[in-house]
Amino acid sequence: MIKFKDSEITPENIYKNRRSFIKSIGLGASSLAISAIPFANKSSASERDKLTSYKDITTYNNYYEFGTSKSDPYKNSQTFKTTPWEIAIEGEVEKPIKLSMEEISEMFVSEERIYRLRCVEGWSMVIPWMGFSLSELLSKVNPTNKAKFVEFESVYDPAQMKGQRYPVLNWPYNEGLRIDEAMHPLTTVVTGLYGKKLPNQNGAPFRIFIPWKYGFKSAKAIVKIKFVENMPTSSWMWASPREYGFYSNVNPNVDHPRWSQATERIIGEGVWAPRVKTLMFNGYGDEVASLYNGMDLKKYF
Amino acid sequence: MIKYFKPSIFILSTIPFLFITYKIFFNKLGPEPVKEITHFTGEWTLIFICLTLSMSPLQKFTNLNNWIKIRRMLGLFVFFYASLHLLTYVGIDYRFSWQPILDDVVKKKYIFVGFAAWILLIPLTITSSQKMMLLLKQNWKKLHRLIYVIAILGSLHFIWLSKTIYFKPLFYFVLITVLLSLRINFKRIFEK
Repeated sequence: MIKFKDSEITPENIYKNRRSFIKSIGLGASSLAISAIPFANKSSASERDKLTSYKDITTYNNYYEFGTSKSDPYKNSQTFKTTPWEIAIEGEVEKPIKLSMEEISEMFVSEERIYRLRCVEGWSMVIPWMGFSLSELLSKVNPTNKAKFVEFESVYDPAQMKGQRYPVLNWPYNEGLRIDEAMHPLTTVVTGLYGKKLPNQNGAPFRIFIPWKYGFKSAKAIVKIKFVENMPTSSWMWASPREYGFYSNVNPNVDHPRWSQATERIIGEGVWAPRVKTLMFNGYGDEVASLYNGMDLKKYF
Repeated sequence: MIKYFKPSIFILSTIPFLFITYKIFFNKLGPEPVKEITHFTGEWTLIFICLTLSMSPLQKFTNLNNWIKIRRMLGLFVFFYASLHLLTYVGIDYRFSWQPILDDVVKKKYIFVGFAAWILLIPLTITSSQKMMLLLKQNWKKLHRLIYVIAILGSLHFIWLSKTIYFKPLFYFVLITVLLSLRINFKRIFEK
């Protein structure tokens, strides 16, 4: 069992009330046309931080293993078997280990972590994840001095994952981080969302989430974590190296070669809602900008 | 029979528009409604391009002149849906903030070709009337061959915006290629 604190299990209707409360502030402000005063600006800032609905988070997904359309993962993942599940931590480590999901749930306490997800396609959600820092898990092994990067390998199971029967990407899905990125406290192992068990379409039973990077960096249904010496080639780098870099930090100043990354649409805001400006490092610059000191982020996109 | 043919095609052609209007006002477009409208109007533009291009091959194969009688109307629906598509992007998505739109048009090739295709539709729309046809004489036909260029630009627009190679953009590209190649007079090429 994943251990949740009582305070963390918030019924969705309370989240909803919070939403309508914020909405009413926003509406009041705009209807009085006082957008220039500080209060109204503040309300528009919290507007972008309000939680995306459970329905949108769990029915609008990019998870090509279950199909390329946004509604496919929800439709095609319901019978996906997540037990038993084992995660191997290996590669450049002194002693490789294998842990079952049960063991992981015993060892680490999940907490609520509300992060914004920015998709490389130009949309965003705010998600109340449940999880713990990946660094806690990685500290169970001792990397050798050769280890520089961490590679994440997702499950390969075309019998259960329809999308893997087509060569859309080079399966299994592969992602990677520099060790310092992987060890950063914001890099999260996700075990649930909205106080509930993580749904299959969101990457159950074991996925990571890196809030300052585009969504595709956060690999789902992971089975292998490998410490390596050389920079791994992720599935998307393999598909199109010109368009998807290793770092893929959210950056409004570096466009995708084919579309702009300066703005984003907030999921669930309706037809008439405006785009909002994308924030550097997805708004987590205070925490993570120092990881990239002196790096040309245009070159290392 | 022919008396009802053209009006029926007209009514049928407005159905996608009525459908999307209904979905907008009854909030049935899902989590990313603006993208839905953009894709919907874009795809119907391509469908009408393909329909327009199918009329003269259909006339050739069936020996019925009725196809040609609705061709111009279908062409006007291309402009109608293309304009809705552009308006969604400029008005609903970017709320007429010209700077980012201009940046996109200049820097992003899929937007550049899409915009170019819409611009090229304008002269065709303006000269679509009977009067203009008589006025331009043989030049009218030459001018209206622009639709071939527009069709190619339109299908490239779809291919270049897709994240990976998907079935649909390639389907339209192949279809348009086939429809255009039906117009090549192979006999004449080989006799030369």
